[in-house]
Amino acid sequence: MEKRSGWTAFWMILPTILVISIIAFFPLFKTFYDSFYSFGLRPGIERKFVGLQNYFRLFQDTRFIMALKNTIFFTVVSVALETILGVLIAIVVHQRFALRGIVRAAMLVPWAIPTAISSQMWRWMFHDQFGIMSRLWEKLGIIDPGTPILGTPGLAMWAIIFVDVWKTTPFMALLILAGLQVIPEDIYEAARIDGAGTIQRFFRITLPLITPTIGVALIFRTLDALRVFDVVYIMTRGAVNTETLAVYNRHVLMDRAFTGAWFGYGSAISVFIFVLISIFAILYIKSLKLRLD
Amino acid sequence: MSRSLTQKILLYVAVVFILVWCVFPLYWAFVSSIKPDQDLFEKNPSLFPKRVTFENYVKVFKERPFHINIKNSIIVAGVTTVVALTIGSLAGYAIARLKFKGKVVVMSLILAVSMFPQVSILGSLFLILRSMKLINTYTGLIIPYTAMNLPLTVWVLQSFFRELPKEVEESAFIDGASKLRTLWSIVLPMSAPGLVATGLLTFIAAWNEFLFALTFMQRPNLYTVPVAVALFKGASQYEIPWGQLMAAAVIVTLPLVILVLIFQNRIIAGLSAGAVKG
Repeated sequence: MEKRSGWTAFWMILPTILVISIIAFFPLFKTFYDSFYSFGLRPGIERKFVGLQNYFRLFQDTRFIMALKNTIFFTVVSVALETILGVLIAIVVHQRFALRGIVRAAMLVPWAIPTAISSQMWRWMFHDQFGIMSRLWEKLGIIDPGTPILGTPGLAMWAIIFVDVWKTTPFMALLILAGLQVIPEDIYEAARIDGAGTIQRFFRITLPLITPTIGVALIFRTLDALRVFDVVYIMTRGAVNTETLAVYNRHVLMDRAFTGAWFGYGSAISVFIFVLISIFAILYIKSLKLRLD
Repeated sequence: MSRSLTQKILLYVAVVFILVWCVFPLYWAFVSSIKPDQDLFEKNPSLFPKRVTFENYVKVFKERPFHINIKNSIIVAGVTTVVALTIGSLAGYAIARLKFKGKVVVMSLILAVSMFPQVSILGSLFLILRSMKLINTYTGLIIPYTAMNLPLTVWVLQSFFRELPKEVEESAFIDGASKLRTLWSIVLPMSAPGLVATGLLTFIAAWNEFLFALTFMQRPNLYTVPVAVALFKGASQYEIPWGQLMAAAVIVTLPLVILVLIFQNRIIAGLSAGAVKG
């Protein structure tokens, strides 16, 4: 039986492995291979082996450096905000109150709306003349009246971060909530009898116990933020200092490569992004302590 | 545990804030979609519509191929879901129940794909699909979507399969049923809730995907919904018909939101089982 089950398993797993290999691993390998060449997608451009030249070029490309800086800024700020707000929201939703079921359901709404569509909704809310968000920011004194938020360097990136935080914080809160719910109530009871106050209970019990959950969610969000594309592409097309690595990468591969010898260079950017994200992916897998057998 | 009045007030203020925060953009899209243009383009927009019109909902189908975009999305996301569930349940069952060499390698490979930055394979995949004449075809989107979703499908399904009682399967096997037969007539029916949850997650992911759809479908008649909405254009180049755009957003978002609300518990459970894969 054991021997036969080996072959059965092989046939059952084969389709999955085939699809994944053809669509993920083979293209990845090809991207790596192409990154050592200079060529484009317009017919008539000669294909030349250039070794590591594409990679050296990266560090002289000011637009690439800018995209890298923007990506890191976006990632650090949005993930930090999402984590802090996520913990706060999780604690609120963990309490008993009348509308709890409805609130928990509502928290899935931002996650369920396609990013492409919610980005358009937000673009309308950030409209420089008729946007309700622009009015609100004016009234709160964040911006001077008449400032186009999505057209101003600095502000535009904050608007994008705002939208990303809106979209992912509630979901992060739901994951942290799941961590909160497994903390046994009698630990709190004992602490209360020993005279620990609310704040003490939070820092001494709650926070340490949900730290692993937060850690996993944090690394996972970082992984996601580093490849941010949809929201940036739709809200600003990468203008006004909001271009991220993924947006620049697509621009080089799909626009420039049709006019000149840019495809190899674009592939080098792709490899760079892959390596950057792999570091966090490894951290993520390690922190999950997954059992893979 | 009793709370003081201040704590109660603070709690409810926080709750109302969370509710408004999550739902307001959708509400605003809806309100904007039913306002006539004169009210929509107002310096100080009103929170409630003064006059209501459904003109935008008619126009979105009359002035552009939005119904075709919806059809494209249904086909692509639907087929992806069916294929991913079929292939994924085979692999998931083998991982959950069978002993074989290299299981750790297989699981690691699957997990690795779930974290792939899609943009890193965008260019190569474009060239591969182009050489196979699959650009501007449904197949050209369905295959990549299946690959990107299989990790989650396999992962969640195997965790569901593991929790089923082993005894029924064992007795079926002793009665002479093959593994495949056991999977089909015993395991799958028993794990229907898991299949629904996984299918829904796959469908939503495929329905929402933007980068591949934007790159591999290059004709307006083949755009999926996110691409159509993202590239919404008006009569002139600089003018966006915001009312229509918001109507389109509401049309494709409401069914999704309702679906998610109905299955909320299963979705949260499924995503947690998928090791926080979102």
